[in-house]
Amino acid sequence: MNAIEVKGITKKFGDFVAVDSISFEVGTGEIFGFLGANGAGKSTAMRMLCGLLEPTSGEAKVAGFDIYKQREQIKKSIGYMSQKFSLYGDLTVAENIKFWGGLYGLTKAEIRAKEEEIVEKLEMRGWENSFVASLPMGWKQKLAFSISIMHSPKIVFLDEPTGGVDPIVRRKFWEEIYDASLRSITVFVTTHYMDEAEYCDRASIMVDGQIRALGTPAELKKKFGRADMDGVFKDLARGAQRKDA
Amino acid sequence: MIRFFYLIEKEFKHIFRDKFMPKLIFAVPIIQLLILPFAANFDVKNINLKIIDRDNSALSARLAGKLSASEYFAASYGKDSYEKEFSGIENGTIDIILEIPKGFEKGLVVSKNSQVLISVNAINGIKGGLGASYAGSIINDFSSGLFADSAAAQNSKKIEILSDYRFNPYLNSKAFIVPAILVFLISLMGGILSALNIVSEKELGTMEQMNVAPVSKTMFIASKMFPVWIIGMAVLTIGMAVSYAVYGLFPKGSFLLIYLFAAVYLTAFMAFGLIISNISSSAQQAILAFLFFIMIFLLMSGIFTPLSSMPNWAQKITLLNPVRYIVEAVRAIYLKGAGFSDLRAQFFAICAFSAILNTYAVASFKRSSS
Repeated sequence: MNAIEVKGITKKFGDFVAVDSISFEVGTGEIFGFLGANGAGKSTAMRMLCGLLEPTSGEAKVAGFDIYKQREQIKKSIGYMSQKFSLYGDLTVAENIKFWGGLYGLTKAEIRAKEEEIVEKLEMRGWENSFVASLPMGWKQKLAFSISIMHSPKIVFLDEPTGGVDPIVRRKFWEEIYDASLRSITVFVTTHYMDEAEYCDRASIMVDGQIRALGTPAELKKKFGRADMDGVFKDLARGAQRKDA
Repeated sequence: MIRFFYLIEKEFKHIFRDKFMPKLIFAVPIIQLLILPFAANFDVKNINLKIIDRDNSALSARLAGKLSASEYFAASYGKDSYEKEFSGIENGTIDIILEIPKGFEKGLVVSKNSQVLISVNAINGIKGGLGASYAGSIINDFSSGLFADSAAAQNSKKIEILSDYRFNPYLNSKAFIVPAILVFLISLMGGILSALNIVSEKELGTMEQMNVAPVSKTMFIASKMFPVWIIGMAVLTIGMAVSYAVYGLFPKGSFLLIYLFAAVYLTAFMAFGLIISNISSSAQQAILAFLFFIMIFLLMSGIFTPLSSMPNWAQKITLLNPVRYIVEAVRAIYLKGAGFSDLRAQFFAICAFSAILNTYAVASFKRSSS
C-alpha cells in the first residue's frame, strides 16, 4: 500500500490556482522530496494533505485514510513539522517531550523512554531542563523533528525543515531523516534547497502549481541532461510565470 | 481525558512562567479596589458655596452659620456685588451663590416672610442639583426652627418627609460601587486572558502544530478556558477579601451564591474573549477588539451609572449585555442579601449567554481553512 495517494488535487484562492490538479504517489518508507520555488504551491499542497486546508477538488488518501472524511485518523497517523518553529519556548526540553508525547497518547513509561532516547541521540544530556527558547536553532529543529516522530507515525510531513540554518546543520538534520526512514517512517519533505533533493529517494518539482517532473534524482538528471538537481530545477523554473512569493 | 491534563498543565505553565502575568493577576484586583471606589465616588461633598450677606443681621448670620456648618458645603463669604461674584460660577470656582437681601430679618419678623436668592452652577448636574436641594432643606429647617415657638407654627399642620434609605442606609457609594468593581475585575481578567490566548499560539506558530495533533476542538477550547477560569475565581476571592479588609464590606447574602454566579458568568465572558481570539490574527487586533467591546459592555452594565437613568432604547440594549445581569446579582447579594430565588431570572440569563457564546467559540475555532 502506498503511504500517500493523490489524484488531481486542486486548490483555488478566488481566481488564483495555487495547486493545479496534481497527482502522485509516495511509497511506504520512501523519502519523497517535494521541490519548488517559493510560491510554486508546495506548502499549499502539503497543508491539504495534513488536513490544515480544504482542497477545492480532487481526491487524496494519506496513510490509507480519506483527507475529507477521515481527518481524525490521519492526524493520529502523521507527524508534522513546519518551517515555523513549533515547540513551546517557555517549556523545557523535557516538558516539550512530555507534552507532545502525552498529546499523542503515549504512556508515562513510553514518554520517559522516548525522552531518554531523544536526549541521548541529540547529545543533549544536561540540557533537559533548559527552556527550548534558549537552545540554538539547529538543536531546536532537530528536537522538533524528534518530537514530531516520537509517536512513530506512518508518515512525517516536513515543511522546509531546514529553512534558515547553515549547510553543516542541514547535513546533520538529513541524517535524522535517514534514521526515521530506516524505522520505516515515510518522509514527505518540501524544500527549495536543491542539494537536499539529491538525498531523496524520489523527488517532484513543482512549477506554477503543477508537477513538471517526478522521478529519482538520477532519472531526472539523465532526462534533463544535467549534472546536478540544481541544473534540472533551473531548466524547469526558467519557464515559471509566477514571481517568487 | 488524560490529554486534557497535559493541555491544562501546559496552559498553567505558560501563564505562571510569564514574567508579567502573575504579578498582573494579583496586583490588578488590589490596586483597582483601592483606587476606583474613591475615584468613582458619587457622594457630593465640598460644594463651594458663596454667601453674600447684605442684611448683616442676627438672623441672616444664623442662616449663614447653619449653612457653613453643614458638611456638604465649603462656605465662604462674599462682599462684592452679585455680578462680580457670579464670575466665580462662570470660571467654575463657585458652585452655589446664596444672596441674603437687605431687609431679610425685617421681613421675617414683620411679615413672617422673606426671600433669599440661590444661583446654582449646573454644569455638573449631580453636584448642582444635590447642592441646591441640600441648601433648600437647610433653609427650610432654619425657617421652621424660627417659627417653632410661635403660635402660628404650632397651629399649622406641617407634613414632614422622613426618608429611610433601605439596604444602604448611610448612602455609602462605596457599598454600591465595590461589588460592581468585583464584576469589572473578573470580566477584565477573564476576558483579556482569553482574548490573548489562542491568538498568541497563532503568533508563535504553535497553533499549526496543535491543529495537526489529535485533539478535539472542544477539548482544546476547554483547556484554554480552564486555567483562566481558575484565575478568575482567584481574583474574585482576592477582591472580596480586599473589599472586606479595606471597606468592611461583607455580602449580606451567601458567598456560595456569588461564586455560583461568577462561575457561570466567567465561562460566558471567557467564551466571548476566545471568540475574539479565534477571529483575530494578531494579539494587537485581539486587544483592540476586546477594548472596543468591553467599553460598551461596562458602560452599559450599570456598574458606574444606574440603568434606570438611561433612555428607554438604551435600557433595551442592556438586556443583551451579560455584564448587566451579574452586576445586578452581585449587588443584590452584597447589599440586600438576595437569595437564589430572587435572582433566578439573572441566573438563567447568564446561563443562556454562556451556552450561546461557548457554542460559538467552538464553532468559530477553525482548524483548517478553506
